[in-house]
Amino acid sequence: MEYILSWLIWLPVVGMVAIAFIPREKEDLIKQAAAVTTGVQFFLTLVLWNNFDSQDGSMQFKEWAEWIPSFNISYHLGVDGLSLPMVILTGMLFFIGVFVSWNIKKAVKGYFALFLLLNTGVMGVFLSLDFFLFYIFWEVMLLPMYFLIGMWGGPQREYAAIKFFLYTLFGSVLMLVGILGLYFSCGKTFDILELTRVAPEALGGLMWWGMSAIKVIWVLLFIGFAIKVPVFPFHTWLPLAHVEAPTAISVLLAGILLKLGVYGIIRVNYGLMPDGVYWFSYALALLGLINVIWGGLCALAQTDLKKLVAYSSVNHMGYSLIGMAAIVAAGEANGANIKAAQAGMGGAVFQMFNHGTISAMLFILVGVIYERAHHREIEGFGGLASQMPVYTGITAVAFFAGLGLPGLSGFISEAMCFIGAFPVYKTIVIASTIGILLNAAYFLWAFQRIFFGELNEKYNDLPEINRLELFTVVPLLIITLFFGIYPAPYLDIISSTMDTIIEHVVDMATYASM
Amino acid sequence: MNNLQSLSYFYPELLLTMVILVAIIYDLFIDSSESGKVGWVLVFGLVLVAISIWFQDSSKVTTLFTDAIVLDPFSTFFKLLIILATIFVSIVSLHSGELENYRKGEYFSLLGIITFGLFLMVSSIDLIMVYVSIEIVSIMSFVLAGYLKKNTRSNEAALKYVVYGAFSSGIMLFGLSYIYGLTGSTNFFQIQQTFAASGPESNSAILIAVIMVLAGFGYKISAVPFHFWTPDVYEGAPTTITAYLSIAPKAGALAMMIRFFNQVLADGGAMVGMGSFSSTDIPWPSILSLLAVLTMTVGNVVAIQQNNVKRMLAYSSIAHAGYMLLAMPVMSGESVYAIMVYLVMYLFMNLGAFFVVITVKNRTNGETFDDYKGLGWEMPIVGISMTLFMVSLTGLPPTAGFIGKFYIFASLIQGGSAFYWLVIIGGINSVISLYYYLRVVKVMYFDGERKDSLLFPPRVLSGMLLVTAIPTLVLGIYWVPIAEWIQSSLVFFIQTI
Repeated sequence: MEYILSWLIWLPVVGMVAIAFIPREKEDLIKQAAAVTTGVQFFLTLVLWNNFDSQDGSMQFKEWAEWIPSFNISYHLGVDGLSLPMVILTGMLFFIGVFVSWNIKKAVKGYFALFLLLNTGVMGVFLSLDFFLFYIFWEVMLLPMYFLIGMWGGPQREYAAIKFFLYTLFGSVLMLVGILGLYFSCGKTFDILELTRVAPEALGGLMWWGMSAIKVIWVLLFIGFAIKVPVFPFHTWLPLAHVEAPTAISVLLAGILLKLGVYGIIRVNYGLMPDGVYWFSYALALLGLINVIWGGLCALAQTDLKKLVAYSSVNHMGYSLIGMAAIVAAGEANGANIKAAQAGMGGAVFQMFNHGTISAMLFILVGVIYERAHHREIEGFGGLASQMPVYTGITAVAFFAGLGLPGLSGFISEAMCFIGAFPVYKTIVIASTIGILLNAAYFLWAFQRIFFGELNEKYNDLPEINRLELFTVVPLLIITLFFGIYPAPYLDIISSTMDTIIEHVVDMATYASM
Repeated sequence: MNNLQSLSYFYPELLLTMVILVAIIYDLFIDSSESGKVGWVLVFGLVLVAISIWFQDSSKVTTLFTDAIVLDPFSTFFKLLIILATIFVSIVSLHSGELENYRKGEYFSLLGIITFGLFLMVSSIDLIMVYVSIEIVSIMSFVLAGYLKKNTRSNEAALKYVVYGAFSSGIMLFGLSYIYGLTGSTNFFQIQQTFAASGPESNSAILIAVIMVLAGFGYKISAVPFHFWTPDVYEGAPTTITAYLSIAPKAGALAMMIRFFNQVLADGGAMVGMGSFSSTDIPWPSILSLLAVLTMTVGNVVAIQQNNVKRMLAYSSIAHAGYMLLAMPVMSGESVYAIMVYLVMYLFMNLGAFFVVITVKNRTNGETFDDYKGLGWEMPIVGISMTLFMVSLTGLPPTAGFIGKFYIFASLIQGGSAFYWLVIIGGINSVISLYYYLRVVKVMYFDGERKDSLLFPPRVLSGMLLVTAIPTLVLGIYWVPIAEWIQSSLVFFIQTI
């Protein structure tokens, strides 16, 4: 139990080394090794959940070791209610991802080695409490992702891979500058907990080039995270990367990697710069609105099903941003409406998880049809409902979850985001309901075009979804249904941590004009 | 210390001289086909020199030869770095296909002489010594750049190198003569005193002199706008020499620059870790900032358009000179420290990248991107290590290159908000460089077909790839020993007059 977080992070590396020693002809053994590694990791995340004290809003299972003393860098890990759901999601989606990529033909050994390296990077980001460590894991993700898109992806894969890499690296370079700025102005520490304690005060009143240091650092870090989310106008890498990536990688990209951005904003920007939260929250809500509308409009215009799902991610992450902005409701100026802040933050974090499961499901389903028809043009199908009834049924549920139908998990988190943000940003919330409309429109229209109408002659003998594919998609479906009816277990994990964060932001902000 | 007394502190250099002489004489008695053995003589000798330097007590900093050179931990650090580079390059030279048909005796002797010149370069505190040591290094480099005498590109490289070298060292000498004329001394510390005491009316003269001297330094580290020789020379010279030129003379010239700017134009505050106090009014930090920004940007932007990997690496080495120059304007203890860390990291990753070029050229006889097609599938060791070097040169964690950049950027942020813009530009440059570094990776893995038979380079070359690749990765994760060694080497000789 003591080193469980280290195990979570380094287990995939062990698996990777093991795979490196398996001869490359033994493809089944490689796949099994990857499945075992991620399976054990997933099991460990559940063990972690089981031992997690949800009443405690602070960091748990902390590990600390000295690493680079001269720079005050340490190996510091911990998990709280914000990161635990993401850790579980990571464990689950990587485990499922192995089975989604079961049919990979090209260079199986390299694929799974990189897949596991990516796993380490993602897990590391969620669990690090040292900013330097955080940054290293953040960057470790890039190279495997570049290869996974660039080698196993679609026709435009090389362009997509380099675009993804350049975009994210640009963001991370700005982030590095922000991190160094924090390090030198907050008493030379990279420890996130220490910085959370010290930074709000240390940064107050500090001016750089006539601007408040809080604003500068906030923007530097925000751009780094926003590119990952992705927030408009930094989203243009996403549709391309999603469309070109192999199915399993799209699943992980949408399911987990996008969450890193939101996670980073809450963990770092919110924790370290409470004053910045008040300064930026309106912009955050506005960006959320733009994401919702823009993502929805773009999705409506797509003819490629995978691109539609990709833009739906832009749309869905917008709700999360609007929910996050609601934290300011807890401030004195907004009537200390703690309930609204709780709803908004809880909704934002819940939306992260729900989008993780729903978009993973959608991408897997797109992969299923692509595997059979070798294209994804929405107009190219039609009448599949009679041909593949099970597939149609599952897709229907996934689409409904995507459009936020009550009874499915997406509805609850979206509603929470709106409820939280409504007291503070009425206009934005009202305007973003247009996004819900668009959301419903593009999903239903796509569903209609694919599954109803005349059956395309070409697809007379399209096989039904097979058992392996069902195995990957059904668990996600169950989670979506379960949380749609009974979200309490999830909200229970996060609520104390959300309260801690809200309290921290409210208490530490000086509300001074910057 | 007078000349006779100095000799007892000069024994590493004397030992090196003996190694060079042994190499030359040994070469006379062996057959041309066996001339590679001279390389082992040099390697063995350099190991001995390294040991003697390691055990030399440099903690008692002192000047030698009536204030011509100094013996201090700072110079010791650079000497060891240079020896390491020379040993690596010598071993690889034994297996380079380019040099196969040439007698290699002189080649190794000349490498030894460059090393000697670089030793003087990193320890000189006298304008005459500065000039003499630069010339020793330059002239030997000219010869080595043209060592492939049947290859026209190599001849062209040597000639270009000579012309540029002569021109820039002429300008530098002219600048040095200004300084002597203004101060009446060739000693760094006396010059510093005179500069500090002189009024604003002499600023323009000092400025002109400094810019001229900068031309000489800039030429050696290939900083823009003194870089025009670099791509052609790097492309034409034997790759082993290109690798060497991209590291050792750059390290030497940077050490020299640090001493010059730190002890002539400032009062040497960095030596005692106090931060710097510019003692002259001339805006040398701004000049260096501008130079650094230009160097990085031009290096990176032009590298994008290259179709030859060796030439691309030449431009990349210009860009890296720019990153190191970035820390120069701060001239604090931390920034000098950062440059030293960067050099260690750069040594492994850049030499490694050039060793890959050599390995590939041995196999395909070419250096263009097309020659790298599918290499990652065919030669896994080469592919993986080249990927690592490229990632490290870009500066992505967890590799050595990131640590180097991290230290540079950290020293700039610590230097105060006047330097923040340099960090932003440096960061954006890293993003630009990603594009061309990854192009190599892309060609190696994405463009080729998977082959069923694997190829492994000769054992020594594979070994050298590992010797450079492992530190490139390991130093990115744990670099405390290196950091501590550098910290203890950050002691300069200071003379108070």
